Amino acid sequence: MPWYVELLRAVVGTIIIFSGVAIVAAMLGVLLERKISGWIQSRIGPTHVGPRGVLQTVADTIKLLQKEHIVPRNADAVIFASAVVLVPLAALLDYVVLPFGTTRWGPLIFRDLNIGVLYFAATSSLIVLGILMAGWGSNNKYALLGGLRSAAQMVSYEIPIGLVLITIALLAGSLSTVTIVTMQAHLWFIVTQPVAFLIFLAAATAEVNRAPFDLVEAESELVAGYFSEYTGMRFALFQLGEYAEMFAMAALAVTLFLGGWRGPVLPSVVWFLIKLYALVFVFMWVRWTFPRFRIDQLLNFSWKCLIPLALLNLVATAYVVMVVQR
Amino acid sequence: MLLDWGYVAIFVVVGAGMVSLPFAIIALLSPRGTSPHKRDTYESGMEPIGQAWSQFNVRYYLFSLIFVVFDVEIIYLYPWAVVARSLGASAFYSIAAFLAILVLGLAYAWRKGALEWS
Repeated sequence: MPWYVELLRAVVGTIIIFSGVAIVAAMLGVLLERKISGWIQSRIGPTHVGPRGVLQTVADTIKLLQKEHIVPRNADAVIFASAVVLVPLAALLDYVVLPFGTTRWGPLIFRDLNIGVLYFAATSSLIVLGILMAGWGSNNKYALLGGLRSAAQMVSYEIPIGLVLITIALLAGSLSTVTIVTMQAHLWFIVTQPVAFLIFLAAATAEVNRAPFDLVEAESELVAGYFSEYTGMRFALFQLGEYAEMFAMAALAVTLFLGGWRGPVLPSVVWFLIKLYALVFVFMWVRWTFPRFRIDQLLNFSWKCLIPLALLNLVATAYVVMVVQR
Repeated sequence: MLLDWGYVAIFVVVGAGMVSLPFAIIALLSPRGTSPHKRDTYESGMEPIGQAWSQFNVRYYLFSLIFVVFDVEIIYLYPWAVVARSLGASAFYSIAAFLAILVLGLAYAWRKGALEWS
């Protein structure tokens, strides 16, 4: 292909992914969250804007666009402003390696990097940097505490996630997400790796700072945590980053354990979305059901429970793959 | 390979532009602040006492240090995982020895109380 076609493809692909994630993950995700939380708490959730309240997040976005955006006098203006671009951008970078489906011309993916899984681990951990920058740059005590907690927490839960990714790479013999999905043609990895799946789900919940691991933004003690000082559209961009990351984690779980886009009869993209929303529902269900952890319990759970378990699981898998099956 | 990363680079550049797009809209739409008190740091309605940039719990450093050790070691496992299937039993025992050293480090930190919060 000539270079300008490649360039056009890349630019169009980026725009599609960004708007797709903004609509499917952020807009629909927030609405779903509010509806599901309402349902779990025997309320009805938003009903007024549009039929059954489906346009609520659109209205909220338009409202937030008109709000004044305030930079606190004492804040570090450069860090404060760049954090808000870094968080959603880092979350969206994950989507480069996520395969959404398959077509006659090959898998539907932005770019099938041969180190896809490692790339995902790298970009998803960039978010810590953004959150830490937001917390530090605000020069607000709540924000700083939220940012530091977030750093400790996300860093602790990155290790079990990394170990799980290695276990799956070991089974598939590749780091490419498309190859991993192809390897699950006969048997989903959740069947052979149920422990890894549970570890991944728990660690992913913590990695995206959601309840019961949401003490980064524990509203009863830290106001809104690291984004306490952000107003208007900047606040909305943090929300976008958060929901984009949650959907990315769920999509990675689908890719690694639930056979990605594979499924009978229905088109591949539909199967992918069904599995994605099923996992997102689990995330939301957990959030509105469990109380919050304390920080020492949270860190203990990662270092003394998940990491040893993930290591054990990796060694056992390696033993089977490298010694027994040969 | 170069093409792959070219795609990622374009994703970053175009993506940063798209994330910044709302700022162009708020520059046109949002009202300008007038009251100087709006730009005060938020502290539950109080006048803020001192700066936030002061001492904080040293525990955070400890956890990040242990993390760096583990993360670097995990990076070494990625290339091994890709070729593991073709390596066979002897490679398994050598990686098991490597992981044993990793576990020893965790056990040491645990024993020393580096994983305790209080």
